[in-house]
Amino acid sequence: MAAVISTMPDSCIQPDPWNSLRAHTAARIALGRCGASLPTRAQLDFRLAHARARDAVLTEFDAPALGAALAALGEPVLVVESAARDRAQFLQRPDFGRRLADGSRALLTAHAAGAPRCELVIIVSDGLSTFAANSQAKPLLTALLPLLRASGWTLAPLIVAKQARVALQDEIGEILRAQFSLMLLGERPGLGNADSLGAYFTHAPGPSRTDADRNCLSNIRPGGLTSEDAAHKLHALLAQARRLRTSGVALKDDDRGGLIVDS
Amino acid sequence: MSYRLTLGGTTHLFRDLKTLLAKAAPLRSGDQLAGLAADTAEERVAAQMCLADVPLTRFLEEPIVPYDEDAVTRLIFDRHDREAFAPVRGLSVGEFRDWLLRYETAAAVLTALAPGLTPEMAAAVSKLMSNQDLILAASKARVVTRFRNTLGLPGTLAVRLQPNHPTDDPRGIAASILDGLLYGCGDAVIGINPATDSPAACTTLLRLTDRLIREYEIPTQSCVLAHVTTSLRCLEAGEPLDLVFQSIAGTEAANRSFGIDLALLREARDAALAQRRGTIGDNVMYFETGQGSCLSANAHHGVDQQTLEARAYAVAREFAPLLVNTVVGFIGPEYLYDGKQIIRAGLEDHFCGKLLGLPMGCDVCYTNHAEADQDDMDTLLTLLGVAGCNYIMGVPGADDIMLNYQSTSFHDSQYLRQVLGLRPAPEFAAWLEKMHIVRDGTRLEAVTAQHTLVAGTTRTIGEA
Repeated sequence: MAAVISTMPDSCIQPDPWNSLRAHTAARIALGRCGASLPTRAQLDFRLAHARARDAVLTEFDAPALGAALAALGEPVLVVESAARDRAQFLQRPDFGRRLADGSRALLTAHAAGAPRCELVIIVSDGLSTFAANSQAKPLLTALLPLLRASGWTLAPLIVAKQARVALQDEIGEILRAQFSLMLLGERPGLGNADSLGAYFTHAPGPSRTDADRNCLSNIRPGGLTSEDAAHKLHALLAQARRLRTSGVALKDDDRGGLIVDS
Repeated sequence: MSYRLTLGGTTHLFRDLKTLLAKAAPLRSGDQLAGLAADTAEERVAAQMCLADVPLTRFLEEPIVPYDEDAVTRLIFDRHDREAFAPVRGLSVGEFRDWLLRYETAAAVLTALAPGLTPEMAAAVSKLMSNQDLILAASKARVVTRFRNTLGLPGTLAVRLQPNHPTDDPRGIAASILDGLLYGCGDAVIGINPATDSPAACTTLLRLTDRLIREYEIPTQSCVLAHVTTSLRCLEAGEPLDLVFQSIAGTEAANRSFGIDLALLREARDAALAQRRGTIGDNVMYFETGQGSCLSANAHHGVDQQTLEARAYAVAREFAPLLVNTVVGFIGPEYLYDGKQIIRAGLEDHFCGKLLGLPMGCDVCYTNHAEADQDDMDTLLTLLGVAGCNYIMGVPGADDIMLNYQSTSFHDSQYLRQVLGLRPAPEFAAWLEKMHIVRDGTRLEAVTAQHTLVAGTTRTIGEA
């Protein structure tokens, strides 16, 4: 997204006369130059994109606020957090983001004690982009929940988890005795996409699960994979996984998506 | 064997050589994540003091990863050249640092020494060195390689042109290649990371770059950075493949997690050599590495990430590569947290690689969840230019839209050539002058829409 900075003089800029080729790539080509250096406008455009990505990573995630917003979708909501105490620790210690804080573990354990077994638990987390969770989770769930209900899935409460890595879905799913665990979390922002959500699900969540057991849809955002398309793909994948009682590399669907590394 | 040092009233004990190396390593998040880092700042310096007194010969007696368990260790020990080692065999690690920094240790001395050094010796001495030591010692080393041009000569800086596209669209890739060439980049290699790692996808890209190189008689080489098995398939099919690429790491288990072993790399190199596509040399391999890859693969054997990175260079030098490249900030903040750690790691990797005789380049880069920005990259870029780095990356606007990270741009490379008076590889420099892209060595010419490359590429893209 180009910033509009109308007062910049451009007399020193040597333009690149292959500007028309930008139609074929989003790469930053034909930026022009001053001497051999980046013109001011291009420099500031880059900084703006990086600033947005940094804000997406570093903005504190208000999990209760998102939980309150998601409650309007008609499912009960529980708010938990990972063992990472702050953003700096979360970024340096992915292992902390893969397990629950003690209080949150107690909360879920207490809930599970009185609850029937469920087929699917859906978890929403900021992950590496708070913007993605705040802007994409509700539209995606708005499209997905009716599809799941129509297919008769029994759902655990929606979980909103602060500072989770993908694998936190294993511990949460195990405590809630869910057959499937679906994690929706913010992906590592690129320069042009600070609000991209990823969806990862696994069958029989528990400590022995690895990334090879997961299926993934990524780049869920306006301009990427839309909420509606993502909901339909997830619903179809989950239906197949439910039929075959498995997930990960064993699912041979064309829509399976790439194997993932922990984001 | 354990190592100990008493400072004041405190005795610091290090139970073996790998522990001593890890505790002596400058602070970085990956070693903390692995539980290997020094617990206190004093313990770190105590380890460095202790390490300074360890004889270099100790590294030939105590493998940090067992010989019987690891093919990389066997490679290191079996290939060690005792004759080349002779000039430093009586030195401790600390004395070796002093020896590297004296005037008499010049390029030819370092070239002769390289086969006599193990990666662990290089890693050990680097842990005692300051950033300026790493720069000074590396700047004395020269590693020259050839395929269609000459890389690594004094006073030169080459650039890998990295024209990636999220869907491998040949038109988008051609547009980025044009952009780079007209900014004087592409002498190290025109190297594309494919979004899809398949023989079919790679074939399309190999033919595209081969056509451009032949049509405009560009004295450079191309590479599609696919898995080595994909490259082998392309070679078997007779596709125009110049360089075989592979990511490598410092332990057998980590390499296995990459789906490779030494025999596979040997097979691929032989297949590439048989093509005889190099016009002035036969360095046919391109390797990428990066601190943290062994830990990421759960294959670190309790060894710190910088030492493991140096061990990857033992793998690289077995295959006489044209290019080796440490992708220093790509792996993320759990391994290198911020600009300071990325800068230090880049200098260490470049130094260790050069000391071991490798044509080192560096992908000066970071991700958006690291505590770093383009100013940190400017700093590392400048330091590596001063240190004599063979090549850097050139990505349009420093923004890789396929891999989603930030590297260095075509503009950045021109900055570095300008400020340090560095030239491209000589054959490529002559081509740039002939094509009226550069004049007087480093100055970009004003290019019009009628320029052969602009008009030709635009036409080709329109036909595609």
